[in-house]
Amino acid sequence: MFEIFGIPSQALFGQLLLGLINGSFYALLSLGLAVIFGMLNIINFAHGAQYMMGAFAAYLLLQYLGLNYWGALVIAPLVIGAIGIVIERLFLQHLRKLDPLYGLLLTFGLALVIEGLFRNAYGSSGQPYQVPPALQGGRNLGFMFLPNYRAWVIALSVVVCFATWFAIERTRLGSYLRAATENPVLVRAFGINVPRMVALTYGFGVALAALAGVMAAPIYNVSPQMGSDLIIVVFAVVVIGGMGSIMGAVLTGFALGIVEGLTKVFYPEASNTVIFVLMAIVLLIRPAGLFGRRA
Amino acid sequence: MLVPTRLVFALAALLCGTAAASAQDLAVKIGVLNDMSGLYADIGGEGSVAAAKLAVEDFNPAAHHMKVEVISGDHRNKPDIGANIARQWFDVDHVDVIVDVPTSSVALAVNEVTREKNKVFLGSGPASSDLTGPKCSPNSIQWTYDTWMLANGTGKAVVKTGGDTWFFLTADYAFGHALERDTSAVIVKNGGKVLGHVLAPLGTSDFSSFLLQAQASKAKIIGLANAGGDTVNAIKQGAEFGIAAGGQHFAGLLVFINDVEALGLKTAQGLVLTETWYWDMTDANRAFTKRWQIASSRPGKFPSMLPAGVYSSVIHYLKAVDALRSASDGKAVVAKMKEMPTDDPLFGKGYIRADGRKIHPAYLFEVKKPEESKYPGDDYKLRATIPADEAFRPLNEGHCPLVSG
Repeated sequence: MFEIFGIPSQALFGQLLLGLINGSFYALLSLGLAVIFGMLNIINFAHGAQYMMGAFAAYLLLQYLGLNYWGALVIAPLVIGAIGIVIERLFLQHLRKLDPLYGLLLTFGLALVIEGLFRNAYGSSGQPYQVPPALQGGRNLGFMFLPNYRAWVIALSVVVCFATWFAIERTRLGSYLRAATENPVLVRAFGINVPRMVALTYGFGVALAALAGVMAAPIYNVSPQMGSDLIIVVFAVVVIGGMGSIMGAVLTGFALGIVEGLTKVFYPEASNTVIFVLMAIVLLIRPAGLFGRRA
Repeated sequence: MLVPTRLVFALAALLCGTAAASAQDLAVKIGVLNDMSGLYADIGGEGSVAAAKLAVEDFNPAAHHMKVEVISGDHRNKPDIGANIARQWFDVDHVDVIVDVPTSSVALAVNEVTREKNKVFLGSGPASSDLTGPKCSPNSIQWTYDTWMLANGTGKAVVKTGGDTWFFLTADYAFGHALERDTSAVIVKNGGKVLGHVLAPLGTSDFSSFLLQAQASKAKIIGLANAGGDTVNAIKQGAEFGIAAGGQHFAGLLVFINDVEALGLKTAQGLVLTETWYWDMTDANRAFTKRWQIASSRPGKFPSMLPAGVYSSVIHYLKAVDALRSASDGKAVVAKMKEMPTDDPLFGKGYIRADGRKIHPAYLFEVKKPEESKYPGDDYKLRATIPADEAFRPLNEGHCPLVSG
């Protein structure tokens, strides 16, 4: 076996793959953020909390309704997405005409409230959630042991990311949506219910976060602070990718997962800062982000 | 805004009046300082505040002509925040003693502030054995456990049963470093070998990369020199990556019952761990647990050894203050606490050493299999009791300046 920078290539391939898996979480979460920002111009700071709600929904559905992982994968995003729609109707729609900063502050406050409520109800140390039986175990790829569940995570997130991109950039519904962002009054004149569409879009972005939460439940500690651990990184991903760029968010999510994975091999102590160093560099060189449209 | 001067004077007079009325009562203020909102909040947090209040209740201040108040603060696991709160408590709020303080980095900062202000620090939460080693202070007592004890308990037991090659997953701050250092010493002393380590930032959510490095090391034992959510994440993902299937085993060096509950017995079964207190060991502990669940409004949850240590330390502190009839000189109170033998329902009889180390037995537990657990919280079976005189680092090996003379 050959070596690269003193690391056996075997280990390196393993780390690349792991980076890709983590990247799929970043991609799913930043995708939701990018959709919400791109279509609604809202910086959704509650995204981490909504991801956490997704994971808790999976746990609660199992605990109280006996609904397994597969059921939760469908039901949790629907429920949390519906809560998202309520949030949009109750609060966010009133902020549309104001500076995006107000939306950021509101969602930040919401995130703190939601996290606090969950901590109050369930404590901070987390809830148990097992990998679904059908996906337990794993296979030996020669260079690493790949748990089946992780393979599933990566496959599902690639599909969801692509489907979302396709829906927004390539379908008629997506074109309405993009048009409504550019000129809501004109789109309304064509008989399209813009406020409803916007609320549904926010709900969809939130549902994406909840879906990521359900996917995370079997492998990460299901605790109220699981979202805040991740959300800052995800924001960095969105900034690097370019605010509002859907493809940018997805590709950057996967790429940064890999960068982080490699850092964990070469200099683990820096693994939770490397993304921010990159963010600073990107902001200096390309303030609009790697895939961002110039304002 | 103008405040009527007369009202200010009236209020001031009222304050003086109440102060004068209780002048004969000795006033003591206890500050519980810990993580109220982060990953260690369940281990201590409000649970430790409840334990302190129960201790005050059981001590019965009125019978001793004392007036005891308990306040609390959230240090958010940040040494600067912790040190600031400590300063403000001592300087402005007239706090006499700070208790709990998990997160070693914060505890080391509070340790210095307490020494400077000549108050008292009773560490139930912090693990770093430096608090009774090079950083020992005449104003501090480390109560519940420390890294040397954990290393000696779990580390020794694991090496003795054949786990002689180790790879460490270490939390990258004072506590993790101390725990790894102390455990490595025990491993080497007992004929084992440390093959490598990786320093993971505190609050890492994905350990798979580190687990892969641990797998590549071929070490028999993966030592987890971390705590709380980090330990839970590492073990949960270790199960997923087939660590056990590959013939490797985890040694959780600091595992609390809250972590075991978070993992579920299915994932945590067989894990060996060391604690100094378990809720289901004695009738007194079970009775305390019942009261604690109500006082901290955590029905169905179980106290870790931290709230128990807070309870025990507060009781002993109040006894010492009562004996001196003063809480103002921190050094004198700690000296008195060291002089008096300790005795309370949760930790039984014990004593405090010159270096500030509270001495009591430690217990080596194994996490039960799901089918062995009969009721909620029935998580551990006792594997061995480490007697008090062997559980902690020998007095002369700690390099504590208070001892050398």
